[in-house]
Amino acid sequence: MYVAVKDGERAIENAHTLLAHERRGDPQVPGLSLAQISEQLALAVDRVMSEGSLYDRELAALAIKQARGDLIEAIFLLRAYRATLPRFGMSEPVDTGAMTVRRRISAAFKDLPGGQVLGPTFDYTHRLLDHMLAGDTAVAQPQSVPVQADAMPRVSDLLAADGLIEPSPQPDASKPVGDLTREPLSFPAERDLRLQNLARGDEGFLLALGYSTQRGYGRTHPFAGEIRLGEVDVEFFAEEVGFAVPLGRITMTECQMINQFHGSATQAPQFTRGYGLVFGHGERKAMTMALVDRALRARELGEEANAPAQDEEFVLSHSDNVQATGFVEHLKLPHYVDFQAELGLVRRMRADFEATADERLAIQEAAE
Amino acid sequence: MTTAHPVSLKTDGESGLAQHAARREAMAVLAGSDTGELAALLAAAGELPAHEELRKPESGLLMLRGRISGDGSPFNVGELTVARAAVKLASGEMGFGYVLGRDHEKARFVALCDALVQTDRFRPLIENGVIEPLRARQREARKLAAERTAATRVEFFTLVRGEDDK
Repeated sequence: MYVAVKDGERAIENAHTLLAHERRGDPQVPGLSLAQISEQLALAVDRVMSEGSLYDRELAALAIKQARGDLIEAIFLLRAYRATLPRFGMSEPVDTGAMTVRRRISAAFKDLPGGQVLGPTFDYTHRLLDHMLAGDTAVAQPQSVPVQADAMPRVSDLLAADGLIEPSPQPDASKPVGDLTREPLSFPAERDLRLQNLARGDEGFLLALGYSTQRGYGRTHPFAGEIRLGEVDVEFFAEEVGFAVPLGRITMTECQMINQFHGSATQAPQFTRGYGLVFGHGERKAMTMALVDRALRARELGEEANAPAQDEEFVLSHSDNVQATGFVEHLKLPHYVDFQAELGLVRRMRADFEATADERLAIQEAAE
Repeated sequence: MTTAHPVSLKTDGESGLAQHAARREAMAVLAGSDTGELAALLAAAGELPAHEELRKPESGLLMLRGRISGDGSPFNVGELTVARAAVKLASGEMGFGYVLGRDHEKARFVALCDALVQTDRFRPLIENGVIEPLRARQREARKLAAERTAATRVEFFTLVRGEDDK
């Protein structure tokens, strides 16, 4: 229970003015533009879009600025903004196979058709601080080489030919696609709802869960079958237009995790899959999403499910950092009446405890 | 907006499908353009016909769908901001603009171009004066990005481990 705090308005208003002042920092230092945040803190913007579940670089940059770089606060702001807009509909499913690939790697196949392209990656950097970046020195022009126009088939397609990997779940037109923003989560949750939940789930939480499966808590023997980053076309079938309208391109990261599966009474041994797909360049997130997606399929695949990452109610109920921070941070709100009640209870319990002290002593002595 | 109208009759049959394809391609180019550049090209294209707003530009959301494992059943990934607008030329053609983001002006320009490319009179003007320059620039930008990506291709035969020599 909460009580209204009277006369708090002035304090709150002044606190917010002070916040704005602190946010701006030293006025001698130039203010950040949204373009600077969007261009130079691009991965923070990507994360806020991904977990804010709203693709809009400019709004995400604004949220980061307003939140003083607190990404969970920024995600919260983006989610709140989203609620102010009407929804026009659902896109056509994006075709990641037709992605304009800027990075594509496989840890399972060295010579996969279409090749491996590293793209802009932190991998193989030495993780030494680069003091040159303290200034604004010009950077080298990237190398260009002629493009080999090889198709880049999905890694899973290579294994599918021999039946060595499970097929993708096929669309069922009679089943509507679950949507967490329309109906609250209930259990057991289908894979579409689980994936939507994971796509907007907290990267840190999913990273820890994915890591736990690697360390033995629900082991799934994963290989990074393929990770690809690039631009995909977004299309929307607008009734008034009469065909699927292309609206532009967005950046996405996809991860196909390949996992061992020993088979069951009814299924021959074959590889299974976990899937990750996120807004922007979010490789760690896409990988952990795929790991957790696979772990959550334990029930479906008839595997023993006793690790945290395999417990869908535990995972899906705690993955959303906006919900999580809301509930944790609400502890800051006045709980004066609750606390007074608890205080009275503890005092009464202590009085009872003291009143019966002699009795307990007697029992103890008798026992000895 | 879904009621039958004379213009939709033209989109039936094979020529209609071809027209859809052409409009879709033009929309993709226009949606990928910079609003300032699009405005400048439209302004330079010359006198444009009178048109009315069928739908005032507005912002909204689109739920983006992906497919499980890339090619399986669909699921909802997250939402995108979208701006849309619709215009109608005095001659009856209706044009629609849907673009990612919240740029109302851009949605209106795209809608106007979409209406104009449906007219025999203005199609060449818009195609040559607006869409082709944007298309050429986008093609160039994608080519450069693809070449820079290609430079990071791993050539595994160059990676020989020392112990393999023994």
